[in-house]
Amino acid sequence: METKRTTFNNRLLPYLLLAPQLIITLIFFIWPAAQAFKSSFEREDPFGMSTVFVGIQHYQRLLEDPNYIDALLRTMVFAVCVTSLAMILGLAFAAAVDRLTRTSRIYTTLLVWPYAVAPVVAGVLWWFVFNTSTGLLPFFLQKIGFKWDHDLNGTHAMILISIAAAWKQISYNFLFFLAGLQSVPHSLMEAAAIDGSGPVKRFFTISLPLLSPTTFFLFIINVNYAMFDTFPIVDATTAGGPAQATTTLVYKVYQDGFVGLNLGSSSAQSVMLMMIVMVLTFVQFRYVERRVQY
Amino acid sequence: MFKKIGLAAAALALSASTSFAATEIAWWHAMGGELGKKLEEIAQKFNESQSDYKVVPVYKGSYPETLTAAIAAFRANQQPAIVQVFEVGTGTMMAAKGAVYPVYKLMKDEGESFDPKGFLAPVVGYYSDTQGNILSLPFNSSTPILYYNKDVFKKAGLDPEVAPKTWKEVEEFSKKIVTSGAAKCGFTSAWITWIQTENLSALHDKPFGTLQNGFGGVKSEFTFNGPLQAKHWANLKKWQDEGLFKYGGPVGGDNAANMFYAQECAMTMNSSAGRAGVINNAKDFKPGFAPLPYYDDEIKEPKNSIIGGATLWVLNGKDKATYKGVAKFFTYLSKPEVQADWHQYTGYLPITNAAYELGKTQGYYDKNPGSDIAIKQIMRGTPSENSKGVRFGNLTQVRNIVDEEFQALLAGKKDAKAALDAAVKRGNGLLREFEAANN
Repeated sequence: METKRTTFNNRLLPYLLLAPQLIITLIFFIWPAAQAFKSSFEREDPFGMSTVFVGIQHYQRLLEDPNYIDALLRTMVFAVCVTSLAMILGLAFAAAVDRLTRTSRIYTTLLVWPYAVAPVVAGVLWWFVFNTSTGLLPFFLQKIGFKWDHDLNGTHAMILISIAAAWKQISYNFLFFLAGLQSVPHSLMEAAAIDGSGPVKRFFTISLPLLSPTTFFLFIINVNYAMFDTFPIVDATTAGGPAQATTTLVYKVYQDGFVGLNLGSSSAQSVMLMMIVMVLTFVQFRYVERRVQY
Repeated sequence: MFKKIGLAAAALALSASTSFAATEIAWWHAMGGELGKKLEEIAQKFNESQSDYKVVPVYKGSYPETLTAAIAAFRANQQPAIVQVFEVGTGTMMAAKGAVYPVYKLMKDEGESFDPKGFLAPVVGYYSDTQGNILSLPFNSSTPILYYNKDVFKKAGLDPEVAPKTWKEVEEFSKKIVTSGAAKCGFTSAWITWIQTENLSALHDKPFGTLQNGFGGVKSEFTFNGPLQAKHWANLKKWQDEGLFKYGGPVGGDNAANMFYAQECAMTMNSSAGRAGVINNAKDFKPGFAPLPYYDDEIKEPKNSIIGGATLWVLNGKDKATYKGVAKFFTYLSKPEVQADWHQYTGYLPITNAAYELGKTQGYYDKNPGSDIAIKQIMRGTPSENSKGVRFGNLTQVRNIVDEEFQALLAGKKDAKAALDAAVKRGNGLLREFEAANN
């Protein structure tokens, strides 16, 4: 394999060029992460007047806490729901738009719009749609005899945050899938068509396998999105309720740290969350990537 | 080189200008909308009344957000002189001994007259230490009352001037309202934890926790899973199943007010500070105001209700001049005219006896029937250990836990006793954590 090599005459220049990115990573990621790691072994009052080293006590308590275990399982359910919903719909829209010739640009623009909406605004939008006393959807569901009540029904609340979170991510998946579909060689499709395979068969036997790198990439991005970036949506729609039915790990970090001011436990949870995502990404790269055809 | 000189000159000019100008006093608060405007007006009037100090109010979002922001600022040594903290944050602030400057001490140090007896006893009792010293200045205090829809009452064949006094009557009235079709639901309630648990306990003289509801120290434990609370929660669940009661949501229960405004529910229980909102939103019906209902087979004369709302805390780490200004500002805030104006505009309680008396001589309560129900409710009888208030660490989270268990009850996952037991058990876990962190 041939690799591109650039030679710098000045030995300092490459470091200088890397510096802005490194400094940003250092200040906004490494430093806070190290702080969180440190305070996860300490117990501190909110004002920071006294700090006591408590070892792994916070971690022990977390692993014994049924609420934490529940939140962990719930986050898995949530991640699976959001990822599958956002990816299947993203792919469906991409496949549909890919078949259009004249109007594809308009549809592409329309489908990308939700991505420009700030997560908290998306949350508020869905909160309005699903609001049990003034929302449109509960009103229509009532007409067909279905009582929507996410204020009390945990399953309803989970469906609500999954839809709201997936809605934002569909655009992203759609764009990548569309680009992937457009790079599928026409010759292959034509050859298959001449051999007599219909559009559905062509999609599943040619497009889908060729999309596997894109699918793999999106899979990782979506799981990370569901685990890390959905805080504003949960906060704006259900605030983790009812009875913690939508308290995901990242929301629990916020609640214990910023509302409860229990900084030690909150830091320990952040560290755990970080490890979970690291392990997940590692597993995905190590095992899932092997099956991906490039 | 020139740059440096320029910078030095600028710094000099800056320091010179601040030494001549009034001392700025930052005041972080959580009053949005109309309340925020009124608060700014108060600060502005104080600033105009003298020239040495300038109070600068800064809106910091919701109560928990304001508290969190102040704590974060304190850790970074950027704290405001005054911060408004809601009543559930009281335990946290009281435990932070090195961080707060107790108001009684501040007023003494600065030689401002400050008489604890001038304040309404149930309000000031909530914010005093066990020796009776006032730690933070009461600013906006409220207490829950019952609101009802007079038009719906009439439609249901009830006397619109008679509100239910007991829970038995609430049930009877609700049944009439629902069966007659006057409204879809009998009653709803905001703030389930504050109104249907904390205040319920106080009204019936039942303890919410040990050690005088936590006033006696951080070793207290919750005891709100008694027979009275279990009976009430079981009733609420039963009334929900019968369609008499509708849940308004967790924490503040935002939907409760909406259901009342939309005439879906004929009655609601909410903070007395919701009065202005009810009057503004009750466009198509006449609202009525009444004290909270009670169980007459549990207590003959219900005790006083307990307060909510917020107080002003002074944070340590500022200079002498700032504290002088804070003391002057607090004296201004406690003036009867200022207090009465704030109380009458917002529906919060008058904080001082003088402000209440002033309202009486102005004839405010005669002109606005129902506006003194909250005051009478907190002033009635002699407060007992159980009706003085509650003081626990981590109370914000405990309230969330109570909300969660109440939701589990309404969803039919637990019965009332089991839900309350679970809430007490989980709450006690948080109390022990608080105790460990504040030793």
